[in-house]
Amino acid sequence: MFNKKECVAMLLAGGQGSRLYALTQTVAKPAVPFGAKYRIIDFPLSNCINSGIDTVGVLTQYQPLVLNEYIGNGQPWDLDRLHGGVHVLSPYEKASGKDWYSGTANAIYQNIPFIERYDPDYVVVLSGDHIYKMDYNKMLDFHKAKNAAATIAVLDVPKEEASRFGIMITDEDDNIIDFEEKPANPRSTLASMGIYIFDWKKLKKFLIANEEDENASKDFGKNIIPDMREAGEKLVAYRFDGYWKDVGTIDSLWEANMDLINPNIPIDLYDPAWKIYSRNPILPPQSIGKKAEIQNSMVTEGCFIDGSIEFSIISDGVTVEEGAVIYDSILMPGAHIKKGAKVEYAIVGEDTVIGENAQIGARPETIEDKDTWGVAVVGNKLNISDGANVLPKAIIYEDM
Amino acid sequence: MSVNMGNVLGLVFANMHDMTVGELTKNRTMGSVLFGGRYRLIDFPLSNMVNSGIDSVGVITKDNYQSLLDHLGSAREWDLARKKGGLYILPPFGNANAALYTGRIEALNGAMSFIKHSLCDYVILSDCDIVTNIDYRPIVDAHEESGADITVVAHTGVYTNEEIKMSTVLNKDESGRVTGVLIRPDISGTCTTSLNMFVMKKSFLIDLVNDLIARGQVSFESDVLQAKCGELNIQAYEYNNYFSKIYSVGSYFAANMALLEPENAKQLYLPKRAIYTKVSDNAPAKYDLNCNVKNSLIADGCIIEGDVENSVIFRGVKVGKGAKVKNCILMQGTVVNDGAECSYLITDKNVNVGANRMLISSPEYPMYVGKEASL
Repeated sequence: MFNKKECVAMLLAGGQGSRLYALTQTVAKPAVPFGAKYRIIDFPLSNCINSGIDTVGVLTQYQPLVLNEYIGNGQPWDLDRLHGGVHVLSPYEKASGKDWYSGTANAIYQNIPFIERYDPDYVVVLSGDHIYKMDYNKMLDFHKAKNAAATIAVLDVPKEEASRFGIMITDEDDNIIDFEEKPANPRSTLASMGIYIFDWKKLKKFLIANEEDENASKDFGKNIIPDMREAGEKLVAYRFDGYWKDVGTIDSLWEANMDLINPNIPIDLYDPAWKIYSRNPILPPQSIGKKAEIQNSMVTEGCFIDGSIEFSIISDGVTVEEGAVIYDSILMPGAHIKKGAKVEYAIVGEDTVIGENAQIGARPETIEDKDTWGVAVVGNKLNISDGANVLPKAIIYEDM
Repeated sequence: MSVNMGNVLGLVFANMHDMTVGELTKNRTMGSVLFGGRYRLIDFPLSNMVNSGIDSVGVITKDNYQSLLDHLGSAREWDLARKKGGLYILPPFGNANAALYTGRIEALNGAMSFIKHSLCDYVILSDCDIVTNIDYRPIVDAHEESGADITVVAHTGVYTNEEIKMSTVLNKDESGRVTGVLIRPDISGTCTTSLNMFVMKKSFLIDLVNDLIARGQVSFESDVLQAKCGELNIQAYEYNNYFSKIYSVGSYFAANMALLEPENAKQLYLPKRAIYTKVSDNAPAKYDLNCNVKNSLIADGCIIEGDVENSVIFRGVKVGKGAKVKNCILMQGTVVNDGAECSYLITDKNVNVGANRMLISSPEYPMYVGKEASL
């Protein structure tokens, strides 16, 4: 017996995150730690429950172990429900054969039976690699008021950045009349946020048709949305004006973390009415030592800090020994920075140990050739020996 | 042969020692007194029981238990939301003619039907006044091996008069058998004190309580340990790991401050035997551009813009610009406004210290400020 749900969310979390490879060798991108105590997927999951959507399918495929374990029964997000709740949906073997998810649309297509059990009127399709706080319910109201077949959330971006995004061209009533993927000369500045609301009956029809077309790439952006437009369905753009960031690259992941400690950036994690939930690591409060200096940073539970930290994000269970210096960096859970080590403009992966007096990354002003500068990354569970030097922009996968 | 810990019932006394910490228990039980930046005292016995493999725990409470119930909820955070076993909260039976109990024996008598219906053969009793990370498995095994009627967890050390006056002192022979008991004696020096944790067979406990109730005896310490140490085999189990005993506001302050020493914290927060507590989904602590934090414990959800030194800061505390917090315990939701100065202060939940206020006390008598007070 399944109770009807007005709206079901489907969260695409299968991405490998190849551009974050040092950090995603054994975890899917949505499970990458973010903002000291979160993982990226906490944001869309918390948005769902805060928007009153209590039925969420999480589509996983790449390295699902950590993600499956993290989501568990969904209790940290209040998504352990008698009816609905969060369900991890991996590809499975069927009577007709085995199928991996071959595209975003195919992933939803393969889970039509899951969605149908709740007999929804609407389906929200979300992506597991964005940082933002958004009330999907307001978008749903807009979708209903417009009587649309599909609503796509868009962000008005600066003109010079528009060519990095999928751009929606709209008329004065927010109807989408055309779109272009990463255009060199954008005709609009409305960028798709990868958040869609569909009328379920219509979406189902287009998913089935797309599946029958052998040449289609089974993708929302490439097939479903264009197919709907060609068929004359009403597509509308929903303008979102809050903070939103795609964290698909090392630079954007680093920037989005730094945004949390920038007082001029409007993403508030301290709002009791819109909490971001996460699975709690069960650790004591952070212990700040006698030699510590911490400024303009975020630190969470289980840390022991006796070094200097500025403009940094320090995740749970991190140790920063006396004399170590952390500037403009992200330390992921369990990282251990030994005495005298210096970490600047860098991301240090989970449970990685940085040896005494090692130098990781550098400040941009100390580098003459700006092209050689970038955020340095040390992957997960590595040992960097005493005195080692990891150059800026380097990406380290092995012990050194 | 070791005892299967699934065969041990845990009983936690949430209200014992309520009177010793004065105003801290004005609106709550001893078990729900806030501790160490993010815990309540009952988290320690509950986590210890769970980490020892006990899966059935009764929490015996008497009054003031609203905050206790709120904290424990469905006990999921301690992994005690179970089908088989789990956590049972045992308030007194609300009967118009019944007075509230005064001692441990009456409390046990009130919980008798729960104890009788448990399928376990052993019980561990614990109060909430000892902060430690203890493994009960070797203690239950030692109890079984020695054939004792009662095993008392005890510690031998050098105590001040102030501590001993709030303790039960055990005299024991070489085999560890308790031969004499002094209750809150006016002495000081080296001695063995009870840590208020006891192991016994369930059947023994039931007979003992029935017998004492029939005779109108109510005190476990004087009517059992002291009066019966000749006829019963009472064994002291020597426990030497890190612990603090909370028996006054001063010792509460000291026990919190002791955790600023990393060596102590390491012995209390063991990676494989975590201390569980209610999760409140706070954002990480935020340190502002001009803050200065030294030698302190800071919980999530705090926003620190001023100076904090030698202090224990609970979840969601705000320390404003130019404010100075030294040697303080600031509980959940306390706000120290810009320019205020606090020293040797214990603020209860949601206290508001006004801008530029100075509240300076002394190490001998840390000042306590009650819940929701505005200064």
